[in-house]
Amino acid sequence: MSADPSLILDGREIPFVPGQTILQAADDAGVYIPRLCDKPGLEPFGSCRVCVVRANGRTVSSCTYPASLGMVVESETPELQAMRKVLLEMLFVEGNHFCMSCEKSGHCELQALGYRFGITAPQFEYQFPHREVDASHPDILIDHNRCILCARCVRTSRDLDGKEVFGFVGRGPHKRLAASTGSRLKDTNADVTDRAIDACPVGALLRKRVGFAVPVGQRPYDTVPIGAPEPVQEARR
Amino acid sequence: MSKPRVATTSLCGCFGCHMSLLDIDERILALAEIVEFDKSPINDHKDFTQRCAVGLIEGGCANAENVHVLRRFREMCDVLVSVGDCATTGGIPALRNLVPLGECLHEAYVAGPSVHNPSGRVPDDPEIPLLLDKVYPAHEVVKIDFHLPGCPPSADTLWEALNALLAGKPLALPYALLKYD
Ligand code: SF4
Ligand code: SF4
Repeated sequence: MSADPSLILDGREIPFVPGQTILQAADDAGVYIPRLCDKPGLEPFGSCRVCVVRANGRTVSSCTYPASLGMVVESETPELQAMRKVLLEMLFVEGNHFCMSCEKSGHCELQALGYRFGITAPQFEYQFPHREVDASHPDILIDHNRCILCARCVRTSRDLDGKEVFGFVGRGPHKRLAASTGSRLKDTNADVTDRAIDACPVGALLRKRVGFAVPVGQRPYDTVPIGAPEPVQEARR
Repeated sequence: MSKPRVATTSLCGCFGCHMSLLDIDERILALAEIVEFDKSPINDHKDFTQRCAVGLIEGGCANAENVHVLRRFREMCDVLVSVGDCATTGGIPALRNLVPLGECLHEAYVAGPSVHNPSGRVPDDPEIPLLLDKVYPAHEVVKIDFHLPGCPPSADTLWEALNALLAGKPLALPYALLKYD
């Protein structure tokens, strides 16, 4: 009987199935690597870089990098944690995140990572960029102020809803999410039951009229950090 | 040994963070045992009487007076703490940063649906502190030593933080006390 191939993650041997990424192998072994743009069931995208690890000495995103036999992976090192924290801080300052009035607060993965990493204030200047809100659809709204360009809605709409409601336009700092068949969400075939809406990790894509349903103190990330066994299940729902 | 002195102020905030400080309830008696309040709305002292160990800043900077007071706190306090989302991020007042200042004033004093202002002038009396181009978090104006986010930070958060600071201990908030809302 031949043993499963394995790699070494922070000194611990974990098995993987050939074809898996480092992140998938870590998830299966019950080891949490922080991430935002990755969501189980979606094709890896590798845009947020929060899942950064060092694999055989190279700095890579663990959600896109294939696991290989005997690979030595570092994740929970002070250096990598510091990199992740900086990436999160940049996400906070480059959008407009008013958590105190956001429907997603307490359910938001970006905010939850801020808590997990103990971010009390970002070291960068707030950009206060000009971003639009698209509230044209009767049941769904896009608040670009909070969008982190993770493409979870794009991939979910395309691969799970079979629709292609969302896409990106522009490049670099001008890149933004767009309704792909028209300029406004109301011109698309987006529907309130689309799984794409649940895929958004932040408060950028929301169902109307259902916010603030869970009392403060009982929301998923009020008392338990993201990546702790229970809330990870919650986030994957 | 004399008690350490604590000063507090509300810049561009709503006083909610100060209300949260009062929300420590009877623990305020214990606090009064170990600290002396200097300049603060709590005792209505308008200026510093001497150097302070800790300064608590509520609110960000929206006008020239906010900047003046904040700089004075930096000068007079050994440790300066941003308290609440307005101090740490600009908060709700920073919503105006998404609109050019001129448009903002025009809406507030000239064009707004409930405005009665026959002169059509935006108030410009030299007594009124000059508005800044946008609202700035406190740490973008002076060096801030610790940040306590929250809208407002809970009484427990403020209590834990004050105790740690006054005891010279490292400030390590438990998970449930670090919140952005
Ligand atoms: S999307 Fe998340 S981080 Fe942004 S304002 Fe809402 S709760 Fe805060
Ligand atoms: S709307 Fe949400 S899911 Fe879509 S790209 Fe923006 S942050 Fe990601």
